[in-house]
Amino acid sequence: MSIHISNISKSYKNVKALQDISFDVKAGELFGLIGPDGAGKTTLFRILTTLLIANEGTATVAGFNVVSDYKNIRNSVGYMPGKFSLYQDLTVEENLEFFATIFGTTIEENYELIKDIYVQIEPFKARRAGKLSGGMKQKLALCCALIHKPKVLFLDEPTTGVDPVSRKEFWDMLKRLQQKNITILVSTPYMDEAALCDRIALIQDGKILEIDTPEAIVKHYPKPIYNVSANNMYQLINSLNAYKHNHSVYPFGEFVHYTDNRTDFNPEDLKVYLESKNLSNINIDKTVATIEDTFMELAK
Amino acid sequence: MKTILYIIQKEFKQIFRNKGMLPIIFVLPILQLVILSNAATFEVKNIKFGYIDNDHTSTSRALVEKFNASTYFNVLTDFPSEALASAAMLKGEVDVLLEIPNYFERDLQNEKHNALGVTINAIDGAAAGVENVYVSQIVQRFNQNLKVDLMQVSDQQIQPVKIETIPLFWYNETLNYKTFMVPGILVLLVTMITLFLSGMNIVREKEIGTLEQINVTPIKKSQFIIGKLFPFWVIGMGLLTIGLILAKVIFNVPMIGSLPLMYLYTSIYIFVVLGIGLFISNFTETQQQAMFIAWFFTVIFILMSGLFTPIESMPKWAQTITEFNPIKYFVEVMRMVMLKGSNINDILPQLIKTALYAFIMNGLAVWSYRKTN
Repeated sequence: MSIHISNISKSYKNVKALQDISFDVKAGELFGLIGPDGAGKTTLFRILTTLLIANEGTATVAGFNVVSDYKNIRNSVGYMPGKFSLYQDLTVEENLEFFATIFGTTIEENYELIKDIYVQIEPFKARRAGKLSGGMKQKLALCCALIHKPKVLFLDEPTTGVDPVSRKEFWDMLKRLQQKNITILVSTPYMDEAALCDRIALIQDGKILEIDTPEAIVKHYPKPIYNVSANNMYQLINSLNAYKHNHSVYPFGEFVHYTDNRTDFNPEDLKVYLESKNLSNINIDKTVATIEDTFMELAK
Repeated sequence: MKTILYIIQKEFKQIFRNKGMLPIIFVLPILQLVILSNAATFEVKNIKFGYIDNDHTSTSRALVEKFNASTYFNVLTDFPSEALASAAMLKGEVDVLLEIPNYFERDLQNEKHNALGVTINAIDGAAAGVENVYVSQIVQRFNQNLKVDLMQVSDQQIQPVKIETIPLFWYNETLNYKTFMVPGILVLLVTMITLFLSGMNIVREKEIGTLEQINVTPIKKSQFIIGKLFPFWVIGMGLLTIGLILAKVIFNVPMIGSLPLMYLYTSIYIFVVLGIGLFISNFTETQQQAMFIAWFFTVIFILMSGLFTPIESMPKWAQTITEFNPIKYFVEVMRMVMLKGSNINDILPQLIKTALYAFIMNGLAVWSYRKTN
């Protein structure tokens, strides 16, 4: 068991940031913490990285208690905060060297681990970190978090504000790191990234909604879900919202995801209703639920 | 040890890469020393002097002539009436007004004494005090000469007993205020620069988020703090050196005492300042907050340091407060060692108090620095 969290609660004055959180992350697992902004993801990260002390509950990381054994944790975890927090006025190489030195190691010693990532930014190693692009900064931050060969890696919203190509690259890198026996706990507000994790925990308002593999979570979705499209998106959404049998209506790209609260729902009825609202080119197809649908359903 | 060295190296790199900060560290203090030392003078010169001569005799003219001869007074005008003179003072055209009464000469000869009216513009109390002394001195000297002149014929045997005071100004014989001010201003700039820089330094890491990253590393509190503050200690000592060279070259301030003693004291003193700076940064979240708090303390410390106004003339409670003012000790020590040539035994009380202060401040600062919150 790489991370063990039991009954963690934390509140800031009147705000309950975390309420009775419990879950385990297995060694070598890529575990995703999925939730909207303000769900308590960062608070949980700060507790696990010994920056914050929980009001209640206990947690262990790599076998060390986060309160009593914090010194050992600091030696064996890597943490990449959501906000880029390296020295902007130092060069790429100097930043990396700095973190290597304060962890009591050298770049050469653990070069193998960061090699895949570092070769991509090596051409810019004499450039100041502040002058790098967003994706480059991300890679550098990941290198700095990995330089001491951590057993557990904490990534707090690593892909927020990063372009789609860099995001994809970043997740590929995480997959490769996982193969090197590093447990990774990653948080993200993007539901599409959740599918790339081994297991995910859906979190909202400081509470865990569900924990499972992405596939299982999707299967838990209780109702058949339909892609609805028509010539006028805005009017379509309004009409569906006005429909008395609707259970949920969420815009989803070029479609609207629709569920009905009747068990014997017939798409033809809906089509007739929509046509009566002067909509044309109506398509209603059954589709599979995504994690986003599940999340919306659970968060209702 | 290697970690500390690396942090120090990193700090220096960052300081020298900060293009906005370098001039603040090295150019502003020099300007400060050159400008302030020349401008912050206590000498009252070019006093605008007016008079109303109601007597118009040789004696009254001789008295006015005395003022004219003095380098401190610019004799302005002879006002025909008191009303005009008062109006001129109201407009700020004169600082000192002398009114010579009617029959000044006659009464002086007959009754052997007379009264002069002196009006001084006392908006600036300190200057007014100095002006009053100057006026009294001139009138007194005139009086003595007059006595000799008037009494010569009649009663020669009763010569007035004259007690003359010849002041000797030790340690600053010519009362050169620059000699007095330069060591003080040197203190000021060493203090200000090191306090502001150290106060803002750790807060800056908080602001940009690097502190959070550092806090999850196994680095020890002491390593981090020493690594962060040592560069500012070096800069403080560097500023002292630059300041001393300028004091010698530009102002030719005598340096009677031993230089190593000055450096020894300063090296301990900077620890106090760095401790205060670190303490401030532990309790602030942004550089702006840190800057304002640092300013608040610097202003109080400077005004209560005896640099511009003597501590002896402060009220009792204020004097008690100055006991907790590190700048006071630094000013005292610099003046004592530079101008008087005091040795280590003379400055021992200040040295011990400063060392104690350094110990307490740094203790508090390290204690209040938290890696978790």
